[in-house]
Amino acid sequence: MNWLTNFVRPKIKRLVQPREVPDNLWLQCPACSEMVFHRELQKNLKVCPHCDHHLRVSAKERLAILFDNQKWTEIELPSVQVDPLKFRDRKKYTDRLKESQAKTGLKDAAVVAHGTMGGLNVVVAAFEFSFLGGSMGAAVGEAIVAAAELAVLQEAPLIVVPSSGGARMQEGILSLMQMARTTVAVDRVREKNLPYVVLLTDPTTGGVTASFAMLGDVQVAEPGAIIGFAGARVIEQTIRETLPEGFQRAEYLKEHGMVDMVVHRQDLRDTLVQLLSLLLHRDPAAPVVALDDPSRKQKRPRRRIDAKQLTSPPPDPSVPDAGLFDPDSNGDGSDKA
Amino acid sequence: MHFLEFEKPIAEIEGKIAELRHMSDGDGINIAEEVSRLQGKVNKDLRSTYAKLTPWQKTQVARHPERPHCLDYISALITDFLPLAGDRNYSEDAAVIGGLGRFQGRSVMVIGQEKGHNTESRLKHNFGMARPEGYRKARRLMELADRFSLPVLTLVDTAGAYPGVGAEERGQAEAIARCIETCLNLRVPIISMIIGEGGSGGAIALATGNVVLMLEHSIYSVISPEGCASILWRDGDQAKTAAEALKLTAQDLDRLGIIDGIITEPVGGAHRNHQEVFSKVRDIIANHLQDLLSVEGGQLRARRREKYLAIGRLSET
Ligand SMILES: [Zn+2]
Repeated sequence: MNWLTNFVRPKIKRLVQPREVPDNLWLQCPACSEMVFHRELQKNLKVCPHCDHHLRVSAKERLAILFDNQKWTEIELPSVQVDPLKFRDRKKYTDRLKESQAKTGLKDAAVVAHGTMGGLNVVVAAFEFSFLGGSMGAAVGEAIVAAAELAVLQEAPLIVVPSSGGARMQEGILSLMQMARTTVAVDRVREKNLPYVVLLTDPTTGGVTASFAMLGDVQVAEPGAIIGFAGARVIEQTIRETLPEGFQRAEYLKEHGMVDMVVHRQDLRDTLVQLLSLLLHRDPAAPVVALDDPSRKQKRPRRRIDAKQLTSPPPDPSVPDAGLFDPDSNGDGSDKA
Repeated sequence: MHFLEFEKPIAEIEGKIAELRHMSDGDGINIAEEVSRLQGKVNKDLRSTYAKLTPWQKTQVARHPERPHCLDYISALITDFLPLAGDRNYSEDAAVIGGLGRFQGRSVMVIGQEKGHNTESRLKHNFGMARPEGYRKARRLMELADRFSLPVLTLVDTAGAYPGVGAEERGQAEAIARCIETCLNLRVPIISMIIGEGGSGGAIALATGNVVLMLEHSIYSVISPEGCASILWRDGDQAKTAAEALKLTAQDLDRLGIIDGIITEPVGGAHRNHQEVFSKVRDIIANHLQDLLSVEGGQLRARRREKYLAIGRLSET
């Protein structure tokens, strides 16, 4: 039940490329099944206005949500060896890469940018789930390493936003090694006493969770995000038991001591700015709200971002949505059995 | 208002005042004089009663349900509070509150035990009795504070660490031990305040500070008077006697050199005037913090360690 299979007008899905999806499109929320106008969804930071379900956002949309005035500088990432194992499953890995590159306009599954958040200089590494399920190979590993190095160089906090099925099987053992590489990278940031914050988004699983994504000074998660090591289906098949309600959801993780807070996407930027300001002994960032107003949290209107600023393509129809994410798949879903 | 047993005579007069006020609403009789006479008597009685509270009475006051609790202090003294959660191992433990915030504009880490104020919140916070996860969370937050040079404020109010099978299995003792060890190793100032009940290991885990302060009618003890009575007297009803013997009042502990200061409470106890308590506590923390911030981190650590080594040691003269 991939979230665009419920599309009202299936013909359009076939006819147009994601980039050209017209603005007047209606989408069905995968959580509550209500129909949502595409433009309204974009304006609402891709949170369902009916049930608050947080849909996935692309890496670029994520940067737009986080940085001041939706402005940032993306850095060029170091090149890595492409397809070191000459891997081929049902398709050649190089072909899968090319498809994902064409689909997303990205070189690989992570982008690194710097800019300001509440006036503070911050480095952000964001994952693109629609690029091979956000899986971590050498290029993604290099992105995390580069982001960490940039943070140290700029003496800036590092925020990493994973959305990933885990290690990229097509790169074999080299992808496994990214777990160690990224751990060194983020530890260097921590050793400089710079804040390292992880924003866990849907889904964060496998080798990504089991390395840099669980090592933040502060762990923030988006509501409903699937966060875990093994996939729910694998666990269920192994233990032959039904898993508890809400298993591996962000809220469940919080109850079990793994994350500090679960924050609504509308409050995300402000909360992160508050967090970084406190850790760095900075004055509260503008817009300043009276400090002694205890009702601040309740009264604060949810932040809206101009929809026009979110210029990336609408959700990719070939990407399976939360809860149905198959950790065994490569995430591009293009030729699932 | 919840009245304690020994407050009965005062409660009666206060009842009379309320009655008079109620009557005057109807027929306009001038009762101002009588009310003010009775109010004077209440104040006088409160003052004299609270000036000579027995250790057992203080135990009751320290546990008074309307006494300001950890979260009350946080909302009164800390702005921009951002709660943090979890031990990164097993669970979040709501008995321990922890988070970042600003004290008079300065970034700090606040950690404390919360008892709750009604059935629902008491259950949520497990009556302020932390499990191993609570202490592991506290430790994690203290280490975070250390890394970012944030002074640590702790607010201690617990009957003790939670006694339970699960808590034992998951290493309650180890968790407390590591928490004390972490307190001792920090290179940032720690100011600890016993705001109500300082119950045993569950309390010292958060109260091994550079400065340890107690509210005038709070208690701090190796065991609850009830627990002590049932073990040593083999009679739980001897709690009153045990309370005397344990020397658990702020005044006793000050005399023994265990604490660094007493914060005076409003007449009739902290529960009668929260705002007055908050403003006193604010001033005292501000003073201590200013002193401690001028001390280099290594020195803060060394002094804290020396302070605890020196406790109870016979002075060489
Ligand atoms: Zn919905």
